[in-house]
Amino acid sequence: MTQLNAKIPQGSLQEKWTNYKANQKLVNPANKRKFEIIVVGTGLAGASAASALGELGFNVKVFCIQDSPRRAHSISAQGGINAAKNYPNDGDSIWRLFYDTIKGGDFRSREANVYRLAEVSNNIIDQCVAQGVPFARDYAGYLDNRSFGGAQVSRTFYARGQTGQQLLLGAYGALSKEIKRGSVKMYTRHEMLDLVIVDGIARGIITRDTITGKIERFAAHAVIIATGGYGNVYFLSTNALNCNASAIWNCYKKGAFFANPAFVQIHPTCIPVHGDYQSKLTLMSESLRNDGRIWVPKKKEDVEAIRSKKLRAVDIPENDRDYFLERRYPAFGNLVPRDVASRAAKERCDAGYGIGPTGLAVYLDFSESIRRLGRDVIESRYGNLFQMYEKIVDENPYENPMMIFPAVHYTMGGLWVDYELQSTVPGLFVAGEANFSDHGANRLGASALMQGLADGYFILPYTLQNYLADQIGVQKFETDLPEFELAEKETIEKLQRLLAIQGKYSVATLHKKLGKIMWENVGMARDEARLKQAIEAIRSLKQEFWKEVYVPGSLTGVNDELLKANRLADYLELAELIAHDALLRNESCGCHFRVEYQSEDGEALRNDEEYKYVSCWEYQGEGVEPQLHKEPLEYEFVELKSRNYKV
Amino acid sequence: MNFTLKIWRQENSKAKGRFKTYKIENISPDCSFLEMLDILNEKLIHDKIELPVDPVAFDHDCREGICGMCSLYINGHPHGPEQGTTVCQVHMRKFQDGDTIVIEPWRAKAFPIIKDLMVDRSAFDKIIQEGGYISASTGGVPDANSILVSKEYADMAMDAAACIGCGACVAACKNASAMLFVAAKVSQFALLPQGHPEAKRRVQAMVSKMDELGFGSCTNTYACEAECPKNISVEHIARMNREFLKSKLTHAEKKRIGGFG
Ligand SMILES: Cc1cc2nc3c(=O)[nH]c(=O)nc-3n(C[C@H](O)[C@H](O)[C@H](O)COP(=O)(O)OP(=O)(O)OC[C@H]3O[C@@H](n4cnc5c(N)ncnc54)[C@H](O)[C@@H]3O)c2cc1C
Ligand code: FES
Repeated sequence: MTQLNAKIPQGSLQEKWTNYKANQKLVNPANKRKFEIIVVGTGLAGASAASALGELGFNVKVFCIQDSPRRAHSISAQGGINAAKNYPNDGDSIWRLFYDTIKGGDFRSREANVYRLAEVSNNIIDQCVAQGVPFARDYAGYLDNRSFGGAQVSRTFYARGQTGQQLLLGAYGALSKEIKRGSVKMYTRHEMLDLVIVDGIARGIITRDTITGKIERFAAHAVIIATGGYGNVYFLSTNALNCNASAIWNCYKKGAFFANPAFVQIHPTCIPVHGDYQSKLTLMSESLRNDGRIWVPKKKEDVEAIRSKKLRAVDIPENDRDYFLERRYPAFGNLVPRDVASRAAKERCDAGYGIGPTGLAVYLDFSESIRRLGRDVIESRYGNLFQMYEKIVDENPYENPMMIFPAVHYTMGGLWVDYELQSTVPGLFVAGEANFSDHGANRLGASALMQGLADGYFILPYTLQNYLADQIGVQKFETDLPEFELAEKETIEKLQRLLAIQGKYSVATLHKKLGKIMWENVGMARDEARLKQAIEAIRSLKQEFWKEVYVPGSLTGVNDELLKANRLADYLELAELIAHDALLRNESCGCHFRVEYQSEDGEALRNDEEYKYVSCWEYQGEGVEPQLHKEPLEYEFVELKSRNYKV
Repeated sequence: MNFTLKIWRQENSKAKGRFKTYKIENISPDCSFLEMLDILNEKLIHDKIELPVDPVAFDHDCREGICGMCSLYINGHPHGPEQGTTVCQVHMRKFQDGDTIVIEPWRAKAFPIIKDLMVDRSAFDKIIQEGGYISASTGGVPDANSILVSKEYADMAMDAAACIGCGACVAACKNASAMLFVAAKVSQFALLPQGHPEAKRRVQAMVSKMDELGFGSCTNTYACEAECPKNISVEHIARMNREFLKSKLTHAEKKRIGGFG
């Protein structure tokens, strides 16, 4: 049985990363040239890792699904990136960013990792500014900040509503520089379908060229997975359509542990679902909660009148509005963390106060801010978001409040990694949203971008060397080893099986079914009975899929349906693990809300006695229950408290 | 709503393409353009109207107007009828019930067609690789607030940086010129102090790569600006031209000095 060792360095929190770097092994420049590294993914995590490793002199091969590395899903992040700069002099510090993140994650993440994240956060901002990222500035030319949920300081740096785009273009620039220099080789439109392990060590990957259909083998001394999150298991989410779990899922099936799969974040401010033809949900950035107030009517008759279009939001007098976040959480108000805000909205809608045609929406209202600051100011802060809202909903949010509802957004769970970001498979490293490392049971806004760039620019370039130093003398791998042959054969066989079914349902039809099962039973409110039901339903859907899916075309050439079918095959397995993990965690923490475990006023009840651990799942084979390993979480430096955003 | 779709179908880069007509019915006005194509593809798959079943291939990903993947030429306009909007954000309510809609891929020598509505835009990456960045290696950079940028310039740089690299400018231009794309990048860095040390090299290398890859020349028709989904202004082209001229002048001077030495 694999032993879990998080490899946390010695010393006080403040000393750990310094101690690590002082004692780690390095690879000298002449040897760096002899190493080959594979990076899968060109989002913030992958692009930053590939460029930083290329700069150091390693030979890097990097892969992505899109036609250009610049189009990774990170591009769509809107609101901002956190750092502990304390430029506004409002009391921020590395410690406070660390503490807010640990608390925001409901005490289910590792102290040492989170502290390091806060520590390197400031370097990220410096690096991005040097690359020419056009962050917002004040009139004197200094960097501007805004606030995000779960914090009482302004520590979020932003570039209008396109922060992810600008950070990714910065990283893409750095990557392009290394491609030009020849240290990095880019493979676009290549989807990784399997991991290759030789003598217990990760040594390569199998990919499919999405244009020609060619299955290829690539070998390296180490493999870094930075393929993002698995939110699309739920079919409808704020993720881009190509986001998928196939890379991490196949690593799991090759022995990498999967940590906390049930920790899926549901974001409070998304545009509500409007039809069954819908392909994705659109996020309205959390930054809007800086100036927008969330409410529903206090009176049921007003709700009815709004639903039947007899009244509009503006007709409801101030006294008849229930600003439920401000009412329940006076200290943080509209800026409570996402899990808290989402549940509060759901609670109101379940109680019959939801607005909109389906009753599944609440208002996000800017009228007071527009009165106070003027429309121009609101427009300069959120113009592109307001425009996006108007395009989709066909209503002007400057005049009528926005309608919003929670949607699946981010996955805190992912492949288990130690302090070095290495998985349980030696030589397999995992960065960005694909790993589980820093956000516990709930991620704070503007912290994913921070984590992706921290992993890629400032952590992997160190920890990977510590690993590779022991590999000096290991010759370059050839891809004609039997392990590569077998992995390739299995990949082709799986695709051929999918093509051979020739059933009656499209991939999308079955994926929508899975989404519905997951959203209804493994979403914002979970309980034992529904989770058990979900597991049954997922199993029978899986059978239906392998009997009834219809994939046209062949292995060669462009075949989107084949790609989607292959991803759905993996989602169907992952979905069961998510539900299973949720079922075994008999507590409510962060985004994982078990109806059975709540206080009288509906707040989450954590159980530190029994569940203060990371659940790490080990694959045991097809149809066999996976094995649970527990990584205990020790809190040496912070006091465990129940989260309180009321006072 | 009901529509007649005339869609460009082309097996692969070498095959000859042609238009095919499809009827599609009962589309909600709130449906996005790409969701409408999803519905068509679902119909092709489920109803097996044509054999072999071959769904329409098109590029897309974020469906939020930011990744730059989607690239459809609709009724003679890149990204369709709505100004300042990518096709993934166009909704069917922008069309009339009963409309015939013609859907083609980007057409440009430098963007060969891959299949149906998908094109190869890797030429854009190649141009960026020539210098569309600031060569700041990781670590060893100064504190972020030690580089001051006035709000005015930061905002202008952001206007340029908003380019999503979709290629609509090339598709809109009768010469298939990539000037607006290249200018947006050159301009972003020309507006920021961090970009100055490499300015000359950048503009020359990027422009010469653009020419080499088969993009046409700019004859100032401004179709690019009119069709850009992010409203990138042709002012950036003017700024790039100035940068280019400046780089040539100082470059020539350097040569002369070199000659004396
Ligand atoms: C709408 C939206 C807004 C957001 N806003 C914010 C924000 O304001 N602040 C914040 O901090 N966070 C935000 N987030 C979260 C954040 O954007 C993501 O968590 C983060 O960008 C993930 O980065 P990544 O590098 O891990 O992965 P991604 O950016 O998802 O990149 C994944 C990469 O892997 C590649 N890939 C995937 N699978 C494969 C495969 N099988 N084979 C080959 N390549 C593969 C893809 O092509 C891509 O290049 C937002 C998320 C969404 C959805
Ligand atoms: S799909 Fe991303 S911009 Fe249209």
